[in-house]
Amino acid sequence: MSGILVIAEQRRGELRPATLEMVTAAQAVRRPGSRLAVALLADEPQRFVAAVSVPGVDEIVTVPLAVRDFDPDALEAALGALIGARRPSLVLVPHSIDSFGYAAALAVKGGYGFASDVFRIAREGEALLATRGGYGQKVNVELDFPGKAVVLLTVRANVFKPPEGQATPAVSTFAAPAARVRLIGREYIEVSAGDDIDMTGAEFILAIGRGVGEQANVEQFRELADAIGAALGCSRPIADAGWLPKSRQIGQSGKTASACTLYLAMGISGAIQHLAGMKHVATIVAVNQDASASIFSVATYGVVADIFEFGAALRAQFRS
Amino acid sequence: MKVLVAVKQVAALDEDFAIRADGRDVEADFLVRDLNEWDDYSLEEAMKIKEAAGTPVEVLAVCVGAEEADEALRKCLAKGADRAIRVWDDALAGADAIAIARVIAAVARREQPQLLLAGAQAADHAFASTGIAVAALLEWPHAAVITQLAYTAGAQSAVVRRELEGGVLHEMQIECPAVLTIQLGINTPRYASLRSIKQAAAKPIEVLTPADLKMTPGEVGEAGSLSRVRRMYVPEKGRAQMIEGSIDEQAARVAQLIRERTGGAA
Repeated sequence: MSGILVIAEQRRGELRPATLEMVTAAQAVRRPGSRLAVALLADEPQRFVAAVSVPGVDEIVTVPLAVRDFDPDALEAALGALIGARRPSLVLVPHSIDSFGYAAALAVKGGYGFASDVFRIAREGEALLATRGGYGQKVNVELDFPGKAVVLLTVRANVFKPPEGQATPAVSTFAAPAARVRLIGREYIEVSAGDDIDMTGAEFILAIGRGVGEQANVEQFRELADAIGAALGCSRPIADAGWLPKSRQIGQSGKTASACTLYLAMGISGAIQHLAGMKHVATIVAVNQDASASIFSVATYGVVADIFEFGAALRAQFRS
Repeated sequence: MKVLVAVKQVAALDEDFAIRADGRDVEADFLVRDLNEWDDYSLEEAMKIKEAAGTPVEVLAVCVGAEEADEALRKCLAKGADRAIRVWDDALAGADAIAIARVIAAVARREQPQLLLAGAQAADHAFASTGIAVAALLEWPHAAVITQLAYTAGAQSAVVRRELEGGVLHEMQIECPAVLTIQLGINTPRYASLRSIKQAAAKPIEVLTPADLKMTPGEVGEAGSLSRVRRMYVPEKGRAQMIEGSIDEQAARVAQLIRERTGGAA
């Protein structure tokens, strides 16, 4: 029972940024003298070696896969063998769309302790403790894993800062057993094509959510956004309903408000998936009728008000 | 041909709530229950397969939960599910997502569906684990966070699109039987008519225990779990600086913030 194994995530030839955050997440529970290894699973894993050669990593294990695209069967077979051979006490995986597709299966097959979307990891004596949210993130839930020699955790993105600088960890390779191919990747499709606005580049965003109520109400917020000089974005339900194009959706499965410095959220309750795309913004102003809405826990300023009344009053402020 | 739809009766918290005396959950009295939003979309997807098929397709809704979970199953029946199974035993209390998956897998072994749909996650605890754990137990192909599904009842494979981060879709072909976890927005779930709600109230819900499904005590509840709740608590949360006053005063303050932070251009 020793060591920590971080599973790197890559897609279409690029390392996913959450990978390096796992290296930092591991430090809090690392025992003196125990080793931290990063596993690179890909058709050509050596191309990612430089990207994960950061301080804190002792070893990089390249695991060549026969498939180029994401294949849960291939990952489960390879990782099951690698974990079986090395018996790390802790395995960290980014909590991501890819890990949604294989992490629980890997844990079940191996009988590992398991928790998903973990944002805090600690040790208390011999016990490993993992903390995640519950009941719509209104409570924290602290978990332990009695009797489990290996614990697999998927770790929330943007919680831990990636290490800075370069290092020269040892590089080894592991030959993974092949899995039968039951799933064939076909193509990647960009859904944002065709819209005139790139939400990732917008500095000031007015985003609307479920509170808008119906499609006919969207127009007044479009007009408001124009009047105050904001790009109009939205949370998932608005895009799913087709009231705004998918390219306007901010959040985990939509766009990240990367360049945004001012975010005005109207009628958005603040689901974790939406927060993932905007909670980093320097100034967030949230307007919501429900004083207990989660959005107020990440906002800089809050207004408890009816969004239509407030929208009309704000519009009046910008009439010359 | 049969499609199994695994559903959950999720719990939201009342505005005021209390943590249970053992510190490991919220007092049940403070939980407001409903069918998981994601599961509404998986059921609709199953109904679409059924309605497009040239041969009979049975849609079976399955839920692990105590008696109050019947309400979630009644919703499924009202929207067109043919049958409903609820599995419960007090030994299932304290089960994590994986131990719930063991029960659903046991039902699937008995029922032999050709497709098993589950929500990509649940609104309450967002484990995003149950469906994929079921697939591992059945040793079936699996794909998560599906926003498009093309499947003809009885076909040997399906074409799915999973929704990746940043507005990208990944199209894949997957062998069936398979487990797919369904993302919001894949379809527009129907509303149940008053008539079908009334009819659903009269339909039977088959109630089973883990023992009925030949599960061993070691697979059930805490024993079959891969994690254990030590404690649950209300975290210290950041709180926005609230802007008070009349609606015009509030709007004036926000307008001022906008002008300050956008250089007064607007």
